[in-house]
Amino acid sequence: MNDSVPAGPTAPPFRLSMLIYDRRYRSLTFQVIVFILVMSLFWWLVSNTIENLSRLGKDINFGFLFNRAGYDIPQQLIPYTSDDTHLRAAVVGLLNTLLVSVLGCVAATILGVTVGVLRLSRNWLFARLMTIYVETFRNIPLLLWILIIYAILTEITPAPRAYQGEDARQLFLGLIAPTNRYTAIPAFVAERSPGMLHLGRIAIPWLAILYFACLGAAIVIRNRINARAQRIQNQTGKRPVTWWVNLALFVVPPVVIWLAFGLHLDVPELAGFNFKGGINVDNALVALWLALTLYTAAFIAEITRAGILSVSKGQTEAAYSLGLRPNRTMNLVILPQALRVIIPPLISQYLNLTKNSSLAIAVGYMDLRGTLGGTTVNQTGREMEGILLMMLVYLAISLIISGGMNLYNRRVALKER
Amino acid sequence: MKTSVFLGVVAASGLIAGAGLAAEGDTLATVKSRGELLCGVNPGLVGFASPDANGNWTGFDVALCKAVAAAVLGDPTKVKYVPLTGQTRFTGLASGEVDMLSRNSTWTFSRDTDLKLDFAGVNYYDGQGFMVPKSLGVSSAKELDGATICIQTGTTTELNLADYFKANNMSYQPVNIDSNAEGEQQYMAGACDAYTTDASGLAATRAAFANPDQHVILPEIISKEPLGPMVRHGDNNWGDIVRWTLYALIAAEEYGVTSANIEELSKSSENPEVQRMLGTTDDLGAMMGLDKEWAKRAIMAGGNYGEIFAATIGEQTPIGLARGLNAQWTQGGLMYAMPFR
Amino acid sequence: MSVTDTTVPTAYVRTEMLPPRAAPMQRKGALGWLRENLFSNWFNTVLTVLGIAIIWWFVSHFWPWFAHSVWSAGSLRECREIIAATWGEGASGACFAVIRERWHQYLFGFYPRAEYWRPVMTIGLMFIALAPVLFSVSATIRRRVLAGGGLLTMILMAICGVPLWSAMLMLALFGVALLLAEYAPGRLLWFTVFYPVLGVWLLWGGSLWSPMMVLAGLAAGFVVARLLAKRAPGLAPFAAIITIAIWWAFISQPLADALAGVLPLSLLHVTSREFGGFLLAIVIGVSGITMSLPLGIVLALARRSDMPLIKTFAVMFIEFIRGVPLISLLFVASTLLNYFMPPGTNFDIILRVIIMVTIFAAAYMAEVIRGGLAALPKGQYEAADSLGLDYWQAQRLIILPQALKISIPGIVGTFIGMFKDTTLVGLIGLYEPLKGISDFVRADFNWKGIYWEPFVFVGVIFFVICFSMSRYSMYLERRLSRENR
Repeated sequence: MNDSVPAGPTAPPFRLSMLIYDRRYRSLTFQVIVFILVMSLFWWLVSNTIENLSRLGKDINFGFLFNRAGYDIPQQLIPYTSDDTHLRAAVVGLLNTLLVSVLGCVAATILGVTVGVLRLSRNWLFARLMTIYVETFRNIPLLLWILIIYAILTEITPAPRAYQGEDARQLFLGLIAPTNRYTAIPAFVAERSPGMLHLGRIAIPWLAILYFACLGAAIVIRNRINARAQRIQNQTGKRPVTWWVNLALFVVPPVVIWLAFGLHLDVPELAGFNFKGGINVDNALVALWLALTLYTAAFIAEITRAGILSVSKGQTEAAYSLGLRPNRTMNLVILPQALRVIIPPLISQYLNLTKNSSLAIAVGYMDLRGTLGGTTVNQTGREMEGILLMMLVYLAISLIISGGMNLYNRRVALKER
Repeated sequence: MKTSVFLGVVAASGLIAGAGLAAEGDTLATVKSRGELLCGVNPGLVGFASPDANGNWTGFDVALCKAVAAAVLGDPTKVKYVPLTGQTRFTGLASGEVDMLSRNSTWTFSRDTDLKLDFAGVNYYDGQGFMVPKSLGVSSAKELDGATICIQTGTTTELNLADYFKANNMSYQPVNIDSNAEGEQQYMAGACDAYTTDASGLAATRAAFANPDQHVILPEIISKEPLGPMVRHGDNNWGDIVRWTLYALIAAEEYGVTSANIEELSKSSENPEVQRMLGTTDDLGAMMGLDKEWAKRAIMAGGNYGEIFAATIGEQTPIGLARGLNAQWTQGGLMYAMPFR
Repeated sequence: MSVTDTTVPTAYVRTEMLPPRAAPMQRKGALGWLRENLFSNWFNTVLTVLGIAIIWWFVSHFWPWFAHSVWSAGSLRECREIIAATWGEGASGACFAVIRERWHQYLFGFYPRAEYWRPVMTIGLMFIALAPVLFSVSATIRRRVLAGGGLLTMILMAICGVPLWSAMLMLALFGVALLLAEYAPGRLLWFTVFYPVLGVWLLWGGSLWSPMMVLAGLAAGFVVARLLAKRAPGLAPFAAIITIAIWWAFISQPLADALAGVLPLSLLHVTSREFGGFLLAIVIGVSGITMSLPLGIVLALARRSDMPLIKTFAVMFIEFIRGVPLISLLFVASTLLNYFMPPGTNFDIILRVIIMVTIFAAAYMAEVIRGGLAALPKGQYEAADSLGLDYWQAQRLIILPQALKISIPGIVGTFIGMFKDTTLVGLIGLYEPLKGISDFVRADFNWKGIYWEPFVFVGVIFFVICFSMSRYSMYLERRLSRENR
């Protein structure tokens, strides 16, 4: 015994009981068991489904997507008639979902941040009012708000006829006409239109493409200029004046486009039953948008308030003592810290808003749920395919948004050492 | 772990629910052993199916459920009403959640074939119409070019509307609504020039307005909506029971058998058809697994077709629907019971 | 200058205190308050004026409608006649008579009227069951919640006209609970454990033995786990699960039947279809949350597990559920779930909805609890390890109690969200209060065309319930942040 160097503990021979008692193997055993269970559950569900469908003489077939839809959709971003396919109806619905979600997110952010700041305001009355607003909206179901706002909207707005005749109502700012069916807003129209870019049956105006191209270019150039200014400042201590270049970058191209193509506003005008010219925004969209905005903004207000309160006062004082001016303190010290607290819950509110937009059906706004998951399923009896497809699309939207959030989180996460 | 918990939940809930009964197979035996008829109805449609403050269901569609329960189980109250929405009704029936559907569903080709369901008959011939405010000055649907029209989404009415305007080369602006309540609210607020749905629904809606005479229902009926009870494809005997219960109600009106005189007629009627139907002479019920007096009980449950109509949606009720197409064939309508022989 | 020289007048040194002067008018009293809080600068003034305008707009538009409400009428038509007769032709007014006639359906749906004491009692007992869990931090609060809950239950019982004996029983139970909460709060936890079984029995009725046997199955599993814990600790959990499954599948039903034969403790059976209104919302909400809590804990632990497969499954499950709208899951429940089950299974629709809502809430709950787990300092995990605790011991004794405590506000938040989301079940034809009940009330010809009143009524009740819950969670948050300081 004493003549040999004690060899390290030799691995004991493998015994079956180690699968349970040895921690190294146990986790493996456990995972295999769970895997088998999950797979058998999955298999069970699938085989049940197949059996049930075959008993009913049904099959899983997405062919219905290419049949004639036969129903009309009031609000559409791409051309659609009742002669188009169910697939196109679903795309129209998807675009409607995205439209109301994006509009809702933008408006809810603006309103929510404003309310959140105002709740901290020293104005007693207004702070109370904002609290009442936040609590009322947070504690009553969204579905109720959607219904109520839709109903109020149609009750308080006049019929299109009211803009006619002797004591006619005036258009708001001479441009916008809210009615109890839709809100007529002006549209941009070009006198010398360069036409449309046709991609299949989707047409995009060249003007829009041109405008966004200019905007993109402007952003790239601005970044270059700012980087150069930063470099010069680092070397010489003096920052070259760049604001006028930046301003010009964003102002000149639109003005040039404006003049070159003779852009002007097409103001809505009453003709017969309804307004012609401009764009008629369906009231269902307006109501849904308002309801989603007001509801989500109440949550965003709370998030903003918590974010602002989370940055301790010492940070401001420290920044002042370093000689930073108030606006730089805000930009460089307070906001980056507050945003780290605000952004993650904010994004999950965006996610909620997008998912909540599926309540659109309550006001008859034809979103993805209304077209693919609603009328199409009803007319074709393909609930299995329709609902699963709809869930997949929603899942994809959510994953894209939360993927973006994860990227952001990784960028702003505190680097722990 | 997750799955085991899930399985546990499923198992536990399955236990609490009690293993359900077979979806297909012999519905009659299932109903008899359960002692209760599961009848799919509209969650709330004036005159056709609605529960009152005490939770008792009444209405035109409900009466058929009661008649079937009376025929099969001998007691018209042995019905469990299962409210089904437009979206869940067919799957509810197909999956065995209900034994029959008496829920103003239009008999169409694809529903009869592709959905693997059977219509047992027609208990109400409806059609889609338009209602407009009188002040609009419109007297025909043909004058509605360019109008805004309130329409319930997800129903056949939506397709009919699109087809009608297309066929007449007119344009319209749809205002989609989710339920009748929203439709009425929007229409009253003037969000649409016209409201379209089944004519029976329009009449009921109009009757409930504060001032009904300021609204008119246009003469055009733009679609055929034969509404009828449905059963699952494949169980033909059960389908026969529902079909002939309906015919018994219709035939009873034709031969003047009412809930008041049925006792007397079942003994004294000279009409051989009535004798056969009420089980005085032949035993027709046995042919579909019921007893002799099935039709008698069905008629006694709520009266004959005409009595049911008059009590739930007829001209004496606030809804005030005329018989129209739903009159007996002898009166120029379409109600025509097949012979009991 | 000598100190002793007192003759030299030092005019600049004050010898007596001045009496305090009154604050300037602008700073004092109502005026000062107004200046300070409402008109301190032009922006504030603008805000104030705007605020007053907003209030004025709301009051002027909605007050007449409220002021002209009619509380007793038999139909909408009668309401309109009364309003026209009292306030003149063309006056608008609310017709709350519909609430007066149908309030019980808004609260209980089609639950048999003679049995209203059961749901009310279930809700009352819920306060007792929750008291030791949610209000464990402070005896005062516990006292208040119990007393308040008791009062609320008694009021509800009075409104519903329940039999006197049930009210007496409830009162006695609250008394016992208050005493227990004072002297042995730990004992109340036992009631919490039994409450789900009791609640299920009270609500659905039938024989008491069936739910008891379900519980007995859990107990049997626990006993088996305890017995095996010494001899084969690795196998114990599996053996326990198998025991429970066997018990539920083969033993519980016959045993329950046998016991029912001996001592038939049973209530009138009420089917799920008869549930409606706020009762339905509360049943779905509460059972969803109680079942989703354990599921959520498991999911959260799985997501933080170092076993890659487990983690992947957890992530996939959570992200899938959180990625789709609840309404689509409800559609799955109402239309597709029957396809997924073996042919012939016919699930109760409410049960299907509860399962879906549970799954949905569990995914959110998992994220809330994961947040709580992540918020714990690493030292806690290390301390647990250094004590030689194994994974489950560490979770049970050190990690979860702390993590759950931090997560309570989030859990309450999830619950509020879920409770509000129960309104969505109306879209699949269940009688939730907002649309389900309202739509069928409107299907009664007497009330056809009534639109705003039910919404106001339902909205107010939702607000009261959700608002009190959110206040509770805020209180807790404050309290926890004070404790952690």
